[in-house]
Amino acid sequence: MRGLVSGIVGLAALLAGCATTSQDNSSRLNLIKNRNELICGVSGKIPGFSFLKSDGSYQGLDVDICKAFAAAIIGDSEKIQYRPLTAAERFTAIKTGEIDLLSRNTTFTLSRDSLGGNGLTFAPVVFHDGQGLMVKKGSSINSLEDLANKSICVGSGTTTEQNINDAFESASLPYTPIKYQDLNQVVAGYLQGRCSAMTSDRSQLAAARSGFKNPKEHIILDDVLSKEPLAPASDGQDQRLADAMRWVVFSLISAEEQGITKANIDEKVQIAKNNPQLKPLRRFLGIDGGLGEKIGLSNDFVVKVISSTGNYGEIYERHLGQNSEVPIPRGQNELYKKGGVHISPPFN
Amino acid sequence: MQIKQKIFLQFGICFIFFGLIGILINNLTINLIRTGLGFNFNWLFKPASFALAEHPLPYTSSDSYAWALFIGWLNSLKVIASSLVFATFLGTLIGFARTGKNSLLGLISAGYITIIRQTPLLLQLMFWYFVGFLGLKDNMFIQIKNIFNISNQGIEFSGLTFSSEFLALLLGLSIFTSAYIAEVIRGGILSVSRGQWEAFRSLGLSERKGLIRIIIPQALPAIIPGLTSQYLNLAKNSTLAIAVGYSDIYAISDTIINQTGRAIECFILLLVSFLLLNLLITYTMEIINRIILRSQNYS
Repeated sequence: MRGLVSGIVGLAALLAGCATTSQDNSSRLNLIKNRNELICGVSGKIPGFSFLKSDGSYQGLDVDICKAFAAAIIGDSEKIQYRPLTAAERFTAIKTGEIDLLSRNTTFTLSRDSLGGNGLTFAPVVFHDGQGLMVKKGSSINSLEDLANKSICVGSGTTTEQNINDAFESASLPYTPIKYQDLNQVVAGYLQGRCSAMTSDRSQLAAARSGFKNPKEHIILDDVLSKEPLAPASDGQDQRLADAMRWVVFSLISAEEQGITKANIDEKVQIAKNNPQLKPLRRFLGIDGGLGEKIGLSNDFVVKVISSTGNYGEIYERHLGQNSEVPIPRGQNELYKKGGVHISPPFN
Repeated sequence: MQIKQKIFLQFGICFIFFGLIGILINNLTINLIRTGLGFNFNWLFKPASFALAEHPLPYTSSDSYAWALFIGWLNSLKVIASSLVFATFLGTLIGFARTGKNSLLGLISAGYITIIRQTPLLLQLMFWYFVGFLGLKDNMFIQIKNIFNISNQGIEFSGLTFSSEFLALLLGLSIFTSAYIAEVIRGGILSVSRGQWEAFRSLGLSERKGLIRIIIPQALPAIIPGLTSQYLNLAKNSTLAIAVGYSDIYAISDTIINQTGRAIECFILLLVSFLLLNLLITYTMEIINRIILRSQNYS
């Protein structure tokens, strides 16, 4: 009897609790700080971007972006819980609040970035990619036209699926899409010969090929079917978290523009402290201006970020550089000064 | 327990039940408002802009999402209906073998049932698809020109083509369900008392005739309800099609959810279509059951 009464009281408390948490409109930024842990959605299956190593740790460009966010928000780049997600799960995971943010090679598109669409908001692009096609060497397929009436392995629920359709439809070529739920199955289908070609972002094709038995027997065609700007994303209703994410990514790019690296960050801080005339540097490193506070972070968030992950160039070099396991030429992912497209707005 | 206490307990349980439902609906409404998505089905009539490998009716990527979903439902029906036939046939054979006098057949079918029932269906589907069908090479078998053609693209039989995806799902679902059906059949046969067997034997009926005329009619009332629940499971298990690249209704909704962000609406449509399908299966089986009972003067 007493148990029942306390049960009902408990339920009432639960009801009240639910009502307040659901209606609480404050930013997730506070939630992350209070939890002292960032829940970051990743793929976990793409070498170079996010990949589970044999020692149980995640590594890659997308993972380092998570680390940069954790360093900026919590002050510790290791306080992260990674959630491996499939392409189809990722947006629901943000909308339901299962993850704080997504750093999972996701293409930035209008439909996804709008409240009338998927209801997300995107941080700046961290990797400019393009969709390509991979075929077996010696299959006499050299272009899109050669793939007419052939089967193509494609991941379902991605922009990839739409792009391949657009490309073949506008060229009036018939084809058969064989759709799988994740990239490993696409690769298995392609390697087993179910399809004449597999399609995905060129970076993913290169990453997948690096794991093949004979990588040299597969070629990536020159046809680029789409622009695939890959960017981290978060809930579109949460402006404060989006602000913080946007400027953390820009800080990585800006640091590279200014030649600030993991190795020289402490030295740069000392220089800034001793030279009051270096105004832009002092603002960037949080000595003047109080920029961090405006986006809900500490003023020295840039220092925390760079000393844990290094600048954008260092992250790129570590995971996709010449000496990495998945070398992808930097190309359009260079800074604008060097002919690429990465540029940071001013930290003013 | 006193009456008052009983009433209080029931009241409490009702309160908890409706409270929980209330929380769910409350959360859903709040989240829909929060995400700014609202709740509508207008998107159903926009062009789907994705292609489908298999479509029993004409389909192009400029057709609507609604049509794409309908094609997916037809694809689901196609694989469910054909697996249902195969699974019943195979399950009945194995069920008989398991209860029959031949001990070698009995052992083999017992092994079959054990292996199939103790391993996950998803694993079995992946096995049939990636190891079974995709393992086939072109020109592996002697092809009879234009009549029968097996390759890892599928099977072509006098103009009809069945894709590897469809065949793997068909085989996987049929084999998995057949093991359960075999056990239902065995249970039904064992429910007929031993006296019936002895009776038809002493009348001089052969084993086959006795089984068909005496045992099975009496076993059917015990078999049909079990069979119904296996058919319902089969229909629901068909949504694992996505694992082997077959475009069933679930796989297509998966793409649609990603393109439109309309997860809740899509789930409702999925729920309704499976509910309708399973109600249809249940109703049909109930009619069959009634006919059998009536023919045996049970009612």
